[in-house]
Amino acid sequence: MAIAELKLAATQTRLTGMVMPEGLNDQRLAAMNRVITMGLAHKRDEYWKYTDPTSLTVSGPVHAPVFDNNEAPQFDAIDRIKIVFVDGVFDADASDDFACEGVEISRLCDLTDGWASELYGTLEERGQVPVHRTLATLNTAFASDGIVIRATAKASKPINLIYLHTDETSDVMLHNVVRVDAGAQLTLLENGPAAARFNGVLEVDVAEGGAFHHVRSQGRDHERRAVTHCFARLATKSLFKSFTLTSNGVLTRNECVLDLIGDDVVAHVAGACVGDGADFNHDDTVFITHDGLRGESRQVFKKVLRNGATGVFQGKILVKAGAQKTDGYQISQSLLLDGDSQFLAKPELEIYADDVICSHGSTTGAIDEDAMFYLQSRGVPRKAATDLLTLAFLAESLEEISDDALADDLRNRLESWLARHS
Amino acid sequence: MLEIKGLQVKLEEEDKQILKGVDLKIGAGEVHAIMGPNGSGKSTTSYVLSGKDGYEVTGGSVMLDGVDLLEMDPEERAAAGLFLAFQYPVEIPGVGNMTFLRTAVNAQRKARGEDEMSAGEFLKVVREKAKALKIDADMLKRPVNVGFSGGEKKRNEILQMAMLEPKMCILDETDSGLDVDAMKLVAEGVNALRSEGRSFLVITHYQRLLDHIKPDFVHIMSDGKIIKTGGPELALEVENNGYADILAEVA
Repeated sequence: MAIAELKLAATQTRLTGMVMPEGLNDQRLAAMNRVITMGLAHKRDEYWKYTDPTSLTVSGPVHAPVFDNNEAPQFDAIDRIKIVFVDGVFDADASDDFACEGVEISRLCDLTDGWASELYGTLEERGQVPVHRTLATLNTAFASDGIVIRATAKASKPINLIYLHTDETSDVMLHNVVRVDAGAQLTLLENGPAAARFNGVLEVDVAEGGAFHHVRSQGRDHERRAVTHCFARLATKSLFKSFTLTSNGVLTRNECVLDLIGDDVVAHVAGACVGDGADFNHDDTVFITHDGLRGESRQVFKKVLRNGATGVFQGKILVKAGAQKTDGYQISQSLLLDGDSQFLAKPELEIYADDVICSHGSTTGAIDEDAMFYLQSRGVPRKAATDLLTLAFLAESLEEISDDALADDLRNRLESWLARHS
Repeated sequence: MLEIKGLQVKLEEEDKQILKGVDLKIGAGEVHAIMGPNGSGKSTTSYVLSGKDGYEVTGGSVMLDGVDLLEMDPEERAAAGLFLAFQYPVEIPGVGNMTFLRTAVNAQRKARGEDEMSAGEFLKVVREKAKALKIDADMLKRPVNVGFSGGEKKRNEILQMAMLEPKMCILDETDSGLDVDAMKLVAEGVNALRSEGRSFLVITHYQRLLDHIKPDFVHIMSDGKIIKTGGPELALEVENNGYADILAEVA
């Protein structure tokens, strides 16, 4: 069967029996039509060459045992507004009051009209060119809930979306919509395993001079699966910074689609992942479009892989004609702690302006044996030396986080992970 | 302190014998120097003593205070009191010098069943010792040896030695890449550590270093063996006449 027919059949099978939630009806129906036109991701799609999307697209349920996490919750020491979802269901008792200076917060399911309903699905739809990201469109059609945030000034506290997982077969789609007004500032934190299978979409519209910081920690449940998309539209002189730490999880695909529409935009996206075991697959897929003058984009991704784990990186910088003085940088690196693990990297540059700086690099390597011997010769045992060198490898990506307290919070998480794995 | 008997070593990767029966006995508190032409096996000796991979011991023994060194992992040798000052100190991006020093000190203490040093105590000691070696706060903060000049790297080696307080110190061509002032500073650092309970093995090409670190014994190594042993005057003889006379005399 040709791939188009395969995709249509799979898409129809998936859509059968799915119930569209109430509200945002026009946007949802339009999205469903787009899903049918584009077809869900298929393992023969070029864009899914290194990560098999089947378990993300099939009709559920997908099974993932609940992991008993005895670590302190991520970001626990940070003064923040907590908003808790348990298997995708909003937990009012566990959540803080939504009132926060400089920020307006509401739930997606309460949305009737206004800016957010206009934005809903808009950035996701913009992000479908030139590559289809239909799982995000499926989310626009069927997301059960999510959080709507508008930063009108400098937010007094970070907003922390916490996604807990208690049901072994939970299949969850959440869709968050964020607008950062001109000159406003917002820090969004996300953490937790979310569900047995999670499909998350974040649409972020940053107006002129606005700043958006995003720090995310994806939870430790070994069998969980997640596909997430972040679509951001960045106006003149805006700042966008996103960092993701992923530990465990059998399948994670994080897509980040950034559209630098204004001039002098700064957009950084970074991530660190630690994976153990032959069934671990972690995929970062990034698409950055420069469509303004003097834009600066930066991608820094580091993966530590052991015992047969697989890491994937697909990163593209597209510089449109006229986006002069663009400064694009991309680095993806993996540290393979054994001979069975693998890292698959596909860096891409597509440049139509003639006065730009764009660089990309990718490396794959093992622990540096000279450094190892140096540490051992000073009395540091091999395991401790491996951990030290692994953290050193990941350090460069953690430095991408502007806030030291948040970076330390993630660093502690990494140190504990390393201490548990050998 | 250190007793090397009939040590024979070949490369693991190729069938090449490097050490062909090295005998050397270093008493407590003594300073011994090894000189010799390029390729005679000096650096190999230091690597084999500290446990680097890639070498196969085909004969002989090495005892440190009655303990068989060759049976131990590199970190166990370090905890037992052996220290190698590297000819080419390794750069470790991402690991702060201070973190590195503290990890090393506490790993050794732990291995010996001693209490770990508190952060405050460690900071006090390291500042004091760094000051004597003209190592500033910035060098302590930077990643290990990254962007250090040749002199800074060697001073950093001596700082590690001062912090770890080993009983058997091997200095592998510590004078290489140093100007006269830097060499003096390094030598002063080494001399400050000389004590009754601490021995040194100084590997060098040049007599110059031995003007500053005065050895009790000088050994000439050639083709994987120690071929002549004498006092400090032997180093002067090499400096003045080269190795030709000594090699001819032994042959």
